[in-house]
Amino acid sequence: MITHIHRPLRVVLYEGQGAIPLHAEAPAKVMAALLDKGYAVTRAANGAPAMPHDDRNLLLLGSFPEQKAPEIEDAEGQIKIDTRDITGLATEDIVSLVEKTRGDKPMNEPGKWKPWFPVIDYSRCTNCMQCLSFCLFDVYGVSEDNKIQVQNNDNCKTNCPACSRVCPEVAIMFPKYQAGPINGDEINEAEAGREKIKVDISSLLGGDIYSALKDRSAAAKSRFGKERSPDKALDERKKCLTKLVGDGFIPADVLASLPSPDEILRKAEVAKARAATALANIAAS
Amino acid sequence: MPDSSPTLLYCRCAYAQVVPSGVKNEVLQRLCDAGVNFETVSDLCEMAAHRDPRLAALSQCSSLRIAACYPRAVKGLFQQAGTPLSANAAVLNMRNQTAEDIVGQMLALEPVPPTEESQS
Repeated sequence: MITHIHRPLRVVLYEGQGAIPLHAEAPAKVMAALLDKGYAVTRAANGAPAMPHDDRNLLLLGSFPEQKAPEIEDAEGQIKIDTRDITGLATEDIVSLVEKTRGDKPMNEPGKWKPWFPVIDYSRCTNCMQCLSFCLFDVYGVSEDNKIQVQNNDNCKTNCPACSRVCPEVAIMFPKYQAGPINGDEINEAEAGREKIKVDISSLLGGDIYSALKDRSAAAKSRFGKERSPDKALDERKKCLTKLVGDGFIPADVLASLPSPDEILRKAEVAKARAATALANIAAS
Repeated sequence: MPDSSPTLLYCRCAYAQVVPSGVKNEVLQRLCDAGVNFETVSDLCEMAAHRDPRLAALSQCSSLRIAACYPRAVKGLFQQAGTPLSANAAVLNMRNQTAEDIVGQMLALEPVPPTEESQS
């Protein structure tokens, strides 16, 4: 789990009492530009902002009489409040002003990383643990109360939705995926079918889980939509592995994460044991 | 805006281009034109991935209306971040609803159907 959160500023675009309303299209343009840079922006047009202050420093932007931004202090003295007049400034100048105010404090920014990870729809999940055994990268784990959960977001391989394709309950979503139902779109129950594909990762050892699944899926093919296909899932997992091996520029730690056949066997045993333990605990409770 | 007004939240989906830019730009413009207070975030997925504590503050709003993407996904993101949305939170979908429809529901005086019923 990535836990670093760099959010040095809360930007407030202020058009309330004491400020001069901005030109009609200006607020949306400024907000869009700042959001695309990774900032969170509050629009305060009338009365108090919708959300209370938190521990971030505040940068209040507005057009003020005589182009003079008022000085404001946090009554509790916990955060720093900067105010800036933006009268007559173009959008890019306002963005520059915000960036300058932030200075060299780090911030999470779009474009450097894609938030790609599975999201479980617990209203559908039956806790079958198939995802736990299918994923080779330890994205899934079991909670203290024996429920499947996503434990290692950052282990997930970007653009690989393979586990979602084989989830028998269509309970795994990737919100950044293009097509439904993997992206969270409504589920066509008839198309999804109720085929309970059970994938045994240990088959990788004996040989060809890909062929085995292909054979198995052939019978059920008509019952699956094109987005929910075990063939596709396995192809993607293959591609993921191939890319890791074939790309000469991958970091050593990523290369090291590629399971060897022995490691796959070990993972299969561990996953099977964890799933069995969790399910046994549930049955006993 | 009176205190009983819903909290309005707009997600820009800035970390991946899966929400049509025309729709998200128009929703933002219409919210600004309406002269209301609202909150915006760069990307709810990014926040959920990092378990951003601001998600908790948002999920605790008594009446929350979110312009983002598929309600099932948004609900799952909050839940997975350990801060499930309240039952009366409404999620409007910029991936398959029009901007006019979304902003109409965001600004509606009457209660908006909660997440499960607001999918279209």
